Amino acid sequence: MISVENVSFAYGTGDFRLNVPRLSMQSGERLAIVGPSGSGKTTLLNLVAGILSPDSGRIVVAGKDVTALTDTERRQFRASHIGFVFQDFALLDYLPALQNILYPYRVTPALKLDQAVRERVEVLAEACGIRDKLDRHPNELSQGEQQRVAICRALVTQPKLILSDEATGNLDPESKGRILDLLFEQASEAGATLLAVTHDHELLPRFERVIDFADYREVADA
Amino acid sequence: MNTLYLAFAYLRYHWARSLVLVIAAALILFVPVATQILLSTSQTALIARGEATPLLLGSRGSQLDLTMAALYFSNERPDPIAMREVDTIWDSNLAVPIPLHTAFSSGGFRIVGTSLDYFDFRDLTFSDGRGLSLLGDAVIGAAVADALGKGVGDTLVSSPENLFDLDGVYPLEMPIVGVLEATNTPDDQAIFVDIKTAWVIQGIGHGHEDVVTAADIAAGSEALANASVVQFQRITPENIESFHFHGSQGDFPATAVIVVPADTRSATILKGRYLDSENPSQLIEPASVIQGLVDRIFRIKSLLDVVTAIVAVAALAAVGLAVFLSYRLRAKEIATAVKLGARRGMVLRLLAAETVTLLFISGCIAAIGAALVARNADTWVGWLLSLGA
Repeated sequence: MISVENVSFAYGTGDFRLNVPRLSMQSGERLAIVGPSGSGKTTLLNLVAGILSPDSGRIVVAGKDVTALTDTERRQFRASHIGFVFQDFALLDYLPALQNILYPYRVTPALKLDQAVRERVEVLAEACGIRDKLDRHPNELSQGEQQRVAICRALVTQPKLILSDEATGNLDPESKGRILDLLFEQASEAGATLLAVTHDHELLPRFERVIDFADYREVADA
Repeated sequence: MNTLYLAFAYLRYHWARSLVLVIAAALILFVPVATQILLSTSQTALIARGEATPLLLGSRGSQLDLTMAALYFSNERPDPIAMREVDTIWDSNLAVPIPLHTAFSSGGFRIVGTSLDYFDFRDLTFSDGRGLSLLGDAVIGAAVADALGKGVGDTLVSSPENLFDLDGVYPLEMPIVGVLEATNTPDDQAIFVDIKTAWVIQGIGHGHEDVVTAADIAAGSEALANASVVQFQRITPENIESFHFHGSQGDFPATAVIVVPADTRSATILKGRYLDSENPSQLIEPASVIQGLVDRIFRIKSLLDVVTAIVAVAALAAVGLAVFLSYRLRAKEIATAVKLGARRGMVLRLLAAETVTLLFISGCIAAIGAALVARNADTWVGWLLSLGA
């Protein structure tokens, strides 16, 4: 599903440089990335999503070499193949939950909003336990509910790959487990691959593989 | 479509901020336009009134005061001119003189004593009732009728000139016999009476019960007139015969005389007769006086335009800053949209749609406001011009 080979990336400023000699993921696999702040975890997610372009190396996602795509093609590819879940949920305060879930269809011409999508939202919202809260704005929802909305938004496009950046970072311990369960469950149902960045070592046993970016080693006994 | 949907959703959710921006932008657009409309309408109205009055005869003094008193029935009180000047104009056969007496008021509106020629001259028509025919009759302008809620069959009482003038003239009660059609000119704000009625109000003419009866004459007894003789405060068919004037009518006062010359040559001859600076009377062209006033006003307006432009630029800068800060505050939303696959153009279109929507609504409000001002400019300008009266 994902193949990263000899990727090197540096921001224009500062002396940070990310080097990933090799990383691969099978379809449907759940992989967690841990590591200290500034070790390049989120940068890797952005490279895989095609938001950033590596200085060198090759990244293949779902059989597509994202490093060879143009900016427009990368955006289209991202919209149709990748779902994002963020630590701060990144919901829009001025839209109710339903419209937040449908937001990718509002901003991406490649995605067509039709009745099937609306029915899929109903199913997802039911599964995430927020069906009766779809008309509420984010400030009327708890943090756990907001993250459920964010998960629905990530899954509504039926992505092949879900990138989760500290998705449980802002949640209380009880909610963390439930949200991660929900994410796993929905990813499994959709047959999606899950690449998650987390600081929370308590959650690592739930992943099939864990990579520690502190020394770039695979933690086999997570 | 999606762009507009999101733009409207954002503006609706942040309605207070949107409302402030819309109002600010609408005011920036509306105020200069409305000011321009009102000023140009004022200029037109002022000049039209001046140009419709060929010549004005009055006492030598301020030409502006004379013009304002005679054309706009303002509070200015130029020295009165004697009525013999009217006779002089008549006798010259060069023009038609229309005397005006604007010294008194009733219910806050100017009482204008004049002759029937005034109504033809100003092309005034009646919405109700008839013209002046008897001493004491009053015809009121449309605005007077609206403001006082009076019409044909009601009466008006002239206001005393001075509350402490205990031995002064009694107020005169005048029946309203006609209401004029609105003209959006100072005539709407005036109460018209015959100039002789104005003289009665002034105390030059009056009516009272007979001092000498037929029995007194038969008995050969002497007549004694004193304060116990009842003066009439309303002119009726029964007592109208008792009204009379003391002195020569040629000495009676008028505020000014509108002079309507037969032709250009007559006007030139008449103007020549009043060139002498020793002459206590002056014959002026109101149009040139008004033009001078308008020129002065518009010199001040130029300054106001600069001030308005500076304020508009400052306000626009403030609105622009508010919009810019709003974009900065939404940097996270923009980043989210990009991560979800939105094109850069889509994000720009979204922000542009919000800005254009705000400006469009502001423009619509400003346009509606400007249309309202343009539609009512004549009425409002007439009202504004009458404020000085």
